[in-house]
Amino acid sequence: MADAEEGPTGSVSEPLDLVRLLLDEVVFVKLRGDRELKGRLYAYDSHMNLVLGDVVETIYLIDEDDEDEDIKTTTKKVGNVICPR
Amino acid sequence: MPDMAEPRKSSSTYGRDDDPLTYFFKTLIDHEVTVELKNDIQIRGTLKSVDQYLNIKLDDIQVVEELKYPHLSSVKNVFIRGSVVRYVHLPAAAVDVPLLEDATRREAANQAGKGK
Repeated sequence: MADAEEGPTGSVSEPLDLVRLLLDEVVFVKLRGDRELKGRLYAYDSHMNLVLGDVVETIYLIDEDDEDEDIKTTTKKVGNVICPR
Repeated sequence: MPDMAEPRKSSSTYGRDDDPLTYFFKTLIDHEVTVELKNDIQIRGTLKSVDQYLNIKLDDIQVVEELKYPHLSSVKNVFIRGSVVRYVHLPAAAVDVPLLEDATRREAANQAGKGK
């Protein structure tokens, strides 16, 4: 109730408030392990557990056989996902 | 009789748990989910229980790409420690999007209130 006068969107006083403004938007998430997700943000919590919809995951891999060390990507559609921390 | 499976720590506003995500997860109990672990193994099974750490119990499991990961082929039920989970793939039909977003906003407001 602290921010009652700030209007329907509330205040932007801490980092997670920016995430709150992205609810129901398509977001791009970079994860550890050279992974990226693109999907619609349905929910998050203070740990940054996320619930995303219509997700596309991209994993960047280095092809060991290839001398030029080309970066390969595998992309897959994975639907709805919870991704913890 | 206190229910051992569900410690009640209900605080002010939302639902039965402190954490709306845990609560949301509990609404998925008895649905079929696929849990992808950080070691790339994917396990599909019926969600039986979840707790605040997102530890997960699955029944009637089946390993995706069983030929590649044969070690679990004789296992029926598993307990998965929350910290080893990379993703949980959910059935789209079981996800109530507006409810989730509202719960998240409410929790965000709640957290902001606590911080002051």
